[in-house]
Amino acid sequence: MNSPVILRESRGATCDAPQVKRERGQREVFCGLTSIVWLHRKIQDAFFLVIGSRTCAHLIQSAAGVMIFAEPRFATAIIEERDLAGLADLDNELDRVVGRLLERRPEIRMLFLVGSCPSEVIKLDLKRAAARLNREHMPNVRVLNYSGSGIETTFTQGEDACLTSLVAELPDAGAQKSLLIAGSLPDAVEDQFSRIFRELNIPCAFLPGRKSASLPKIGANSRVLMAQPFLGDTARALTDRGAQVIAAPFPFGAEGTRLWLQAAAEEFGVSSQLFEAVTGPAYRRAEAALAHHRARMEGKRIFFFPDSQLEVPLARFVARELGMVLEEVGTPYLHAQHMAQEMALLPAGTALYEGQDVERQLDRCRALRPDITVCGLGLANPLEAEGLTTKWSIELVFSPVHGFEQAADLAGLFARPLNRRERLAV
Amino acid sequence: MQLTLWTYEGPPHIGAMRVATGMKGLHYVLHAPQGDTYADLLFTMIERRGERPPVTYTTFQARDLGGDTAELFKASVAAAHERFRPQAMIVGASCTAELIQDDPGGLAAALELPIPVIPLELPAYQKKENWGAAETLYRLVRGLAKPAVQRRPKTCNILGPTALGFRNRDDVIEVKKLLASLGIEVLVTAPMDATPADIARLPEADFNVSLYPEISEPAARYLEKTFGQKFTTVIPIGVGATRAFIREVAATAGIDAAATLPDGEARLPWYSRSVDSTYLTGKRVFIFGDATHAMAAARVARDELAFDVVGLGTYSRELARPMRELAREFGLEALITDDYLEVEKSVAELHPDLVLGSQMERHIAKRLGVPCAVISAPVHVQDFPARYAPQMGFEGANVIFDTWVHPLMMGLEEHLLHMFRDDFEFHEQAAPSHLGHRKQSDAPVAPATPATVSWLPDAEDELKKIPFFVRKKARRNTEAYATARGLAHITVETLYDAKAHFSR
Repeated sequence: MNSPVILRESRGATCDAPQVKRERGQREVFCGLTSIVWLHRKIQDAFFLVIGSRTCAHLIQSAAGVMIFAEPRFATAIIEERDLAGLADLDNELDRVVGRLLERRPEIRMLFLVGSCPSEVIKLDLKRAAARLNREHMPNVRVLNYSGSGIETTFTQGEDACLTSLVAELPDAGAQKSLLIAGSLPDAVEDQFSRIFRELNIPCAFLPGRKSASLPKIGANSRVLMAQPFLGDTARALTDRGAQVIAAPFPFGAEGTRLWLQAAAEEFGVSSQLFEAVTGPAYRRAEAALAHHRARMEGKRIFFFPDSQLEVPLARFVARELGMVLEEVGTPYLHAQHMAQEMALLPAGTALYEGQDVERQLDRCRALRPDITVCGLGLANPLEAEGLTTKWSIELVFSPVHGFEQAADLAGLFARPLNRRERLAV
Repeated sequence: MQLTLWTYEGPPHIGAMRVATGMKGLHYVLHAPQGDTYADLLFTMIERRGERPPVTYTTFQARDLGGDTAELFKASVAAAHERFRPQAMIVGASCTAELIQDDPGGLAAALELPIPVIPLELPAYQKKENWGAAETLYRLVRGLAKPAVQRRPKTCNILGPTALGFRNRDDVIEVKKLLASLGIEVLVTAPMDATPADIARLPEADFNVSLYPEISEPAARYLEKTFGQKFTTVIPIGVGATRAFIREVAATAGIDAAATLPDGEARLPWYSRSVDSTYLTGKRVFIFGDATHAMAAARVARDELAFDVVGLGTYSRELARPMRELAREFGLEALITDDYLEVEKSVAELHPDLVLGSQMERHIAKRLGVPCAVISAPVHVQDFPARYAPQMGFEGANVIFDTWVHPLMMGLEEHLLHMFRDDFEFHEQAAPSHLGHRKQSDAPVAPATPATVSWLPDAEDELKKIPFFVRKKARRNTEAYATARGLAHITVETLYDAKAHFSR
């Protein structure tokens, strides 16, 4: 809602390169704290303690919704008036809260102190707090810190910040050449990729691991394959540890998955025969499963609101593998280097927006009336009420969508809302 | 610092959003960082609203903090006015913006917009959602209400219903029906569906119906003090309270209510008296929620369903006093807390037959395998039903009877379980047959057995013959009985001694 400014039109090298427009205004996105919803399920002995306000606690529980019935492995230490007024010593308060928490949950081995907007604004030094708490609780519990604040992170960037804090903890791999897959994946998908890399004879490990005790190793001969497109800082931290990031598109769709695996295979000198033998059947199976969806989705026009940074790879997938038409692709943040391979695969002239001015974007969306609009939970029902078909984007983050076996499921997530609208006669 | 897993209430600006979203022609500009827009989904997803809340957020980021967030706020207010053309605006800060002290009220005033702009001071580190809603309604009334040229007899306003309120939509319909049957016209319902212009004419009504005191009371008090409008205090939840409400309204409006009192459409009294309901007698119920709904539920449970209220509490600290008084009347000590873990502990210790609470208590009850019905906010999407389901008025009482009885074991089924304890289908893990095959947990959640009392194998076997839904209670009572007598072992005899002792 602020006066929108197009900050920079990218100076595209060719007229075919996607035009990147930058927009500033009201953003309709989650903050990084939201990543805790899946991170706390992924790392099974970790606890996430947000140091924030009642708003932070309310956000996480609203985003998590009814998904979590068990006692969750996250909580909020709510800063109160007396903390701000200096009546209570924040260090002592935090130590007390952490003590109570660890007493209650003795099975916790790793504790993340997660910074929030208020803790950042009052400049609460969580790094120092983590060091102090480590002295007290190591070796039983390792205490790390990162910021998931909205002033610094957008939605999935919370995972980026979390994994970046983990990178410093990874043991040294020495001279061993191995592959590290970075980005949290559903366990089933991780198992599928594990099997494939084993058959390709590539030693691989995953970041984050399922247990805090089994952290992957990293070193000068490590190669990193990014499983998620939103991990710019994690990649930089891994590079700082000597690892090399393999340039590849992201493993969405049959084509994306194959290119992703192929990039690793080439790096590790896997023969094309072995690669074909290992990946061929799954690739063809995924293609066959996608063909069914493609028949119904081809030519349908799609519009992406910015949300998770998955937008560019997903747009590439729906355009190339489902034949959909990209009306607009919005992304909260565009990391040019990580997206280079993806951008090259986008159709010529794709309208790409970085940042957001939600009101202007809604104006464009209403004018275009796409067949399907990918947007956040705050916008979906209002757009449906205006007669537009929507896909809520958070489901694309929370569902197993990577890899060959999930390619058709990913297509199904876009197909279902369209299918539903066709069926309903009320 | 307060350690919180789940919160009953959001921050106070969520309360302001509930007021703004309930109204029409009002726009809220909230100085807030990126991420605070999550609040939109409460309304669009949980309540399934087809419009975005009328809220503009400045969504400042770290880079803005170095620059001019005040300018950003002013630009946002100006742009929101330009785009949405509201009749009035409210402006304020969320928790983070409160820390950077940009003074939203002063900044907005400097724009000299041609509409009323009402600043909200909602201290995010002290107060919570319901307080924020009450303060917002109060500020709106204070800022907009104009003295009436003439008061209109036999008219009232309904104060309190908001967006995201538990059954507010249907309660308003039901209460309007009641008022219409008394010949009373409702001039304005606020905040729900009211415009700023409607708020301005609130003083035209003869009196106010304060429907949700957590939210409506400060505004109702202000209107009484400033414009001499009386307001009602009875909340018409349950048959008894609905009758009392009718009497109160009639007395306030100066009319004879006798004609309306026969409550023809109230089925609860007969349903409760019919013999099938005998099995409801003395069911042990735990009640927790906002104070208004929890207190009303306690009276309905005791007087209209003949339940035993074994636990009663609220997260509404503002109404702790009346809650404590009511609990004393029930011989209980009220549980006043917003700590979900404390409530869980209390439910686990009390082993009720039924939990009446918010969605938090639904989580708790599910975990402990106790039947549950929802009576209060906070609620989730399934508590905004498509059907007409008020809590208030005579129809509300009918809805309550159905909703509370449904999770329980049916009468005859309970008898059969007593008769055929070893039946392979009626085994100890069986849930009420109309509710599918939910597993019930028999394990004591908090270790109730002091180390000094142990069960001998025979007694343990005998305990297993007691139907599972009373077994936890039997175990607890027997252990308490043995502990009180300093017994080291529980025998079959102890079990039956305890049974005889507690059945007196």
